[in-house]
Amino acid sequence: MEVLVFLVPLALALGLAGLFAFLWSLKNGQYEDLDGAAWRAISDDD
Amino acid sequence: MQTTRDFSHYVKDLGAGLNHIDLAVEGVSCAACMSKIERGLSTLPDVTLARVNLTDRRVALEWKQGTLDPARFIDRLAELGYKAYPFETESAEAREAEQSRFLLRCLGVAAFATMNVMMLSIPVWSGNVSDMLPEQRDFFHWLSALIGLPAAAYAGQPFFRSAYRALRTGNVNMDVPISIGVTLALGMSVVETINHAEHAYFDAAIMLLTFLLVGRVLDQNMRRKTRAVAGNLAALKAESATKFIGPDEISQVPVAAIRAGDIVLLRPGERCAVDGTVIDGRSEIDQSLITGETLYVPAEQGTPVYAGSLNISGTLRVKVSAAAEGTLLSEISRLLDNALQARSRYMRLADRASRLYAPVVHATALLTVIGWVLLGASWHDAIVTGVAVLIITCPCALGLAIPTVQTVASGAMFSSGVLLNAGDAIERLAEADRVIFDKTGTLTLPELEVVNAADIPADVFALAGQLALSSHHPLAAAVAEAAGATSPLRGAIEEPGQGVRARVGDIELRLGRPSFCGAEKLATPEANLDPEASVVAFRRGEETYLFSVRQALRPDARAVLDGLKARGIAVEILSGDREPAVAAAAAALGVAEWRAGVTPAEKIARIEDLKGRGAKVMMVGDGMNDAPSLAAAYVSMSPISAAHLSQATADLVFLGRPLAPVLAAIDYARKALYLMRQNLWLAVGYNVLAVPLAISGLVTPLIAAAAMSGSSILVMLNALRARSVAVRRS
Repeated sequence: MEVLVFLVPLALALGLAGLFAFLWSLKNGQYEDLDGAAWRAISDDD
Repeated sequence: MQTTRDFSHYVKDLGAGLNHIDLAVEGVSCAACMSKIERGLSTLPDVTLARVNLTDRRVALEWKQGTLDPARFIDRLAELGYKAYPFETESAEAREAEQSRFLLRCLGVAAFATMNVMMLSIPVWSGNVSDMLPEQRDFFHWLSALIGLPAAAYAGQPFFRSAYRALRTGNVNMDVPISIGVTLALGMSVVETINHAEHAYFDAAIMLLTFLLVGRVLDQNMRRKTRAVAGNLAALKAESATKFIGPDEISQVPVAAIRAGDIVLLRPGERCAVDGTVIDGRSEIDQSLITGETLYVPAEQGTPVYAGSLNISGTLRVKVSAAAEGTLLSEISRLLDNALQARSRYMRLADRASRLYAPVVHATALLTVIGWVLLGASWHDAIVTGVAVLIITCPCALGLAIPTVQTVASGAMFSSGVLLNAGDAIERLAEADRVIFDKTGTLTLPELEVVNAADIPADVFALAGQLALSSHHPLAAAVAEAAGATSPLRGAIEEPGQGVRARVGDIELRLGRPSFCGAEKLATPEANLDPEASVVAFRRGEETYLFSVRQALRPDARAVLDGLKARGIAVEILSGDREPAVAAAAAALGVAEWRAGVTPAEKIARIEDLKGRGAKVMMVGDGMNDAPSLAAAYVSMSPISAAHLSQATADLVFLGRPLAPVLAAIDYARKALYLMRQNLWLAVGYNVLAVPLAISGLVTPLIAAAAMSGSSILVMLNALRARSVAVRRS
């Protein structure tokens, strides 16, 4: 069971990384234009 | 006099030599539009950023301060084929956007915590039946507390705040049982963890918050989208006024930049965008948007004019008394205040449900505790069981039951051309059993149309249309529009108050008053035939013709009214217009109950009278004179062409020329209310099954978590059915 010593912190760190990525993307305005983002991904230029 | 367009009101200074402006753009619908606009605007010199927002249909622009005039962007977009106008974010919309970001942050935190607490809970659940050491279980519980408590403190804010607000005013809403349930579940779990107990409910509490936040986010997004569309439509009306910036110098400025005391110029054919008093000039004005009266009113020095009046014949100078949405007729303002106070008494379905639900749940929990103590259980065990009852009954599905249906239904309404102004409008709309229509601008189209086009030879019509292009008069504009004319005749001369004339070869053409065209003899019988119509005469050489111009009924008005009757809804017309005009419309639409020449106070009296007899009245109207009755009615609706005030007062706003959205909205609302009730029963039914288990102390955290997510998913799936309504064949 010693494996818990690093597995649990690792899982939490991964979770926190996900949370911070989400908060960063929210702050960065990534959710302001969901319809436009869908189209931008497949447009040829830029 | 030289006219310039001044958009400086909308330009924001970002500092570092950069300016910013937001434009609302019409017709942006796909990726191709997006790159076309962005490329088209980026090629302008000094532009540093051009970014389209496809969701809100807006463009954000930044450019280097200096010579570039923002009007250039509008022109450039017009060249590309898009109508655009500067947009100013209302404070209400900015608040909604901030609230929506806050809810998303809460949801992110809650979702993170749910996943991680679940990850720790599942080993505990399986460990309880196998060989987990108590120390390991405690360790996992403490970790859950470490994640769950701060997350709940942050993500629970929307509920705690709302519950606190409700309790402070002596009310109960859905957030009160939620807050109590979550707080007690977390508190008990901490105590249990300290006592090395087997069960802790951190996972249930935090999962509850996550599900509820999903509902809140959906609800908020729906409102935000509606507001963005309504804001764009308001901006694209491009309401501007011609303001005197010097004794003889004028500038076209947006209405938002006009202040009381300014002097504006009102040309023939222009709609007044401000309230004020005429200080110079003589004309006739059409006040149908304010009073419902379709006859023109003479205007001269000292005549008050209101926003929404259409200037017909002469040029006026108006001194502004209040800009845009400032003052209005004092009587309307007083009636409106009274009506709005009365309206706030409506209690939402969700609040009614929680008013019944909360006491029952809390009483059950309390009785459970007392019952177990009387049966000889320890206080500790009794309280743990009581809290388990609270957790299992926590209105997770109940909190989702209504917002999910509302989101889906409002999306469906949105695509059939109806915008929701009020969150609880769907519930009230579904209960309406009588619809009162205003006539002018509601049953009829706001624009003027030529009604006898079929009687006039096509070549004559086309020629008259070309001549009409040279006049500013609204009647002439209607003729030009109906004829589809695009190229004006050369050398046309407008005689103010009379008409226009031109010469093609050696034939003289005239368009205007019958007397101006020598057509008085023709005019008398025609005018008697159609009391509502205004007459425009046209003369080509010796031939004379008459155009009968009026506000035509919406094309599908009859079908919609018949549809309402087929659904068992009574229909009635209350109009401020003259009796012959209302009688003709009522006859054409097959409406038996109608009244003409009704004042705003009488409209309210009629609504109050119907209310007293138990009717749920829906008011559909557009004029400023309708605003108080829109507020007094049980539920109300306005066309998008309505006066500012009416649109702001109405619960729903519909777009476009047809009246069909009124009927569609009622159908969707009825379906939605049915599903909301069904969802509430589903949620309650699940509680009826689970509560006996909880009372008998058999509920483990595993059962609580499974039951909660199961019922939530069931309710959400059921809500999806609000997307479609059965098509009725009449």
